[in-house]
Amino acid sequence: MGELLDALAIALKAALGFQAIFFALLAIGINVQFGYTGLLNFGQIAFAMLGGFGIAVSVTQWGLPFWVGVLIGVLAAVVLALLLGLPTLRLRADYLAIATIATAEGLRLLFRSVSATSVTGGTRGLAAFNGDFYALSPWPTEGRYSILGTSWSGAQLFVAVVGWLLVVLASLLVWALMRSPWGRVVKSVREDEDAVRALGKNVYVYKMQALVLGGVMGALGGMIYAVGTGSAIPDQYQNANTFLAYAALILGGAARVLGPVVGAMLLYFIVQFADTGLRTLISKGAIPEGLLSATDVAQIRFVLVGLGLMLLLVFRPQGIFGDRREVMLDAR
Amino acid sequence: MTHAGDRVKHRTARRPERAGGVLLRLLLVAAFGFGLAAFTPGIAQAEGEAVFGALQTSKSGPIEGVKVVVQTADGKEVTSVTTDADGKWSADLPGPGQYVVKVSASDLPDGIKLSGADSRTVTVEAGRRQPVSIGLEDGSRGSGGGGIRAVQLLVDGLRFGLLIAMCAVGLSLIFGTTGLTNFAHGELVTIGAIIAWYINVDGGVPLIPATILAMIAGAAVGALNELGIWRPLRRRGTGLVAALVVSIGLSLLLRYLIQIVYGGFSNPYAEYQSQLAVNYGVFTMTNRSLFSIIVSIVVLLLIAVMLQRTKIGKAMRAVSDNRDLAASSGIDVNRVILVVWMMGGALAALGGVLLGLSDQVQWDMGFRLLLLMFAGVTLGGLGTAYGALVGSLVVGVFVQMSTLVIPDDMKYVGGLLLLIVILVIRPQGILGSRARIG
Repeated sequence: MGELLDALAIALKAALGFQAIFFALLAIGINVQFGYTGLLNFGQIAFAMLGGFGIAVSVTQWGLPFWVGVLIGVLAAVVLALLLGLPTLRLRADYLAIATIATAEGLRLLFRSVSATSVTGGTRGLAAFNGDFYALSPWPTEGRYSILGTSWSGAQLFVAVVGWLLVVLASLLVWALMRSPWGRVVKSVREDEDAVRALGKNVYVYKMQALVLGGVMGALGGMIYAVGTGSAIPDQYQNANTFLAYAALILGGAARVLGPVVGAMLLYFIVQFADTGLRTLISKGAIPEGLLSATDVAQIRFVLVGLGLMLLLVFRPQGIFGDRREVMLDAR
Repeated sequence: MTHAGDRVKHRTARRPERAGGVLLRLLLVAAFGFGLAAFTPGIAQAEGEAVFGALQTSKSGPIEGVKVVVQTADGKEVTSVTTDADGKWSADLPGPGQYVVKVSASDLPDGIKLSGADSRTVTVEAGRRQPVSIGLEDGSRGSGGGGIRAVQLLVDGLRFGLLIAMCAVGLSLIFGTTGLTNFAHGELVTIGAIIAWYINVDGGVPLIPATILAMIAGAAVGALNELGIWRPLRRRGTGLVAALVVSIGLSLLLRYLIQIVYGGFSNPYAEYQSQLAVNYGVFTMTNRSLFSIIVSIVVLLLIAVMLQRTKIGKAMRAVSDNRDLAASSGIDVNRVILVVWMMGGALAALGGVLLGLSDQVQWDMGFRLLLLMFAGVTLGGLGTAYGALVGSLVVGVFVQMSTLVIPDDMKYVGGLLLLIVILVIRPQGILGSRARIG
């Protein structure tokens, strides 16, 4: 019983901590692109990587202030979105999907390659760039605080507070945008591109704007992640994370303002609970070592997410809050 | 489809120009004659901590009789071993910790030099057999000059391209017949390679029958895919985007299940590993590479004959072309799609074994290849079988030849860059029709 409570507490902390914020921001970005506009961006993690490394490289390698690093990360994401969008947004949906997933993998390989080591730190990555950020904390970052039965360090708490603030701001922005004429055009692009074009709208430009906006949100997520872990390592930005964010979005409900946020919290809660629960069961011998060892547990989360993604898409594509009619997309 | 005009106008190709004087940088960075492939003679025997490795180069083959000294971090000698006839060495350790592995350069045969330092520091975790790689250089790549190296890479590229083509034909046919962009196709490659590995290494069956068994298993996995997932989904009327995301879910599920079952290490097959490269004048090639090229060509020719001559092949092309018309002219579309899946699964398995033969068997080998398959299929024209073939060949050659200008560990990046460039210049691919991209 005690172990179960511990696992619940750890999972609750995870659902409120910077990892959940990371996925929430990624998913909000994907919601703008996929949920509202119908764009298949499978390289969201690349935007996050640019955000994280934007700060890390600026601060540790170029000696720039932290906030300039934030700016550089955002700019890098904008540039990447433009580069990706230019060739692919006029084509059918799966071309953007292929191009973005290839770019995400290519950028990661580039960042971890030997020749990039002088800039990105190669496979070891970069660390010690978040001093300026923590200096702003209104409470001491070394102290421990207890909230709802979970224990937080001051630094963790500060990252979480700033992160959730970002999530709230991003959600408000999405909410406002989707009530505006811009939002209506974007949603009609998702429903019927040709009809929008017939009404004289430049579909290409609207799609590009959505791609850039979503990419910037992904970059912000990457920054929170880099600051939270205190390091930027290319292999942290594995391709599978994009699909964790997709799973979060679809779980919560695509094309809903709060869908990605609730989805990310819930998903991270489930993933972390399964993680801790399995580890406890293994250490207590309830699951024989031969069947599943403690090192395999890290892999289980992706198996669960993969399975969950399939089942959701087949049986409940609208997730918790969504509207089925809005998410039954077909390739264009 | 409505903006075909815009699409053609839009030409902003940003192809990287070949820089001069890169050969020097390349000589420094590219990993010459990898001294080591991590050989595991059956990981089951791993109990205590150990370090192991092998010394060989492509020109000299395995190097026997080299003394390898293992020291603790503060310089105390733990043990010393000599490499055996296969160039392999292995040293048991008293416990986990940091160790320094040293090779005495004077023991190496003439013409073979260390490409880096003569020692490596490794950290061995409890219960872990730690592979240690020591880079060797046999001068076979550096001395030949640019022209010969280009021929060598061209041949390597053809081998790699044929391999990609074999895996990609299935992907392209599946797309053509069902419209599904199957992101889980890479896992079919991995599954084939790993089934063959288990049969070969754990089961002790020679590699060729093991490969045939793996292909049968691959066909079964393909059929299972179609019957268990995609046919029911088509019947439910699931949209193509939803199906695409489902295939990603399947890919994640399978990939990480494979990692749990197989582990995160890379292992070679039991045979054909310590082969000498045969000199063909302008290039050298191991017999296993030659064999890989021959098998690929034969298989691809058989596929071409099947598509052109046999009834089922014609039916496949008919369904690809126009599914409703094919159905109304009496073709059993579901049966054709099932055959396509089985064929795709078997070909992917064969491709996986060939890839494992050249690059070792790894849990994510298929996923990494998948992106190059997409590049090949897109270049050739999504949904056309011959397009996949031509496009994959170009991608394979491009990836290998790109190491002339960019470091070895970035060659996949070059392939992915090519994909983006194709999408800018000619999104319908070499053999594709414009109508498909709209």
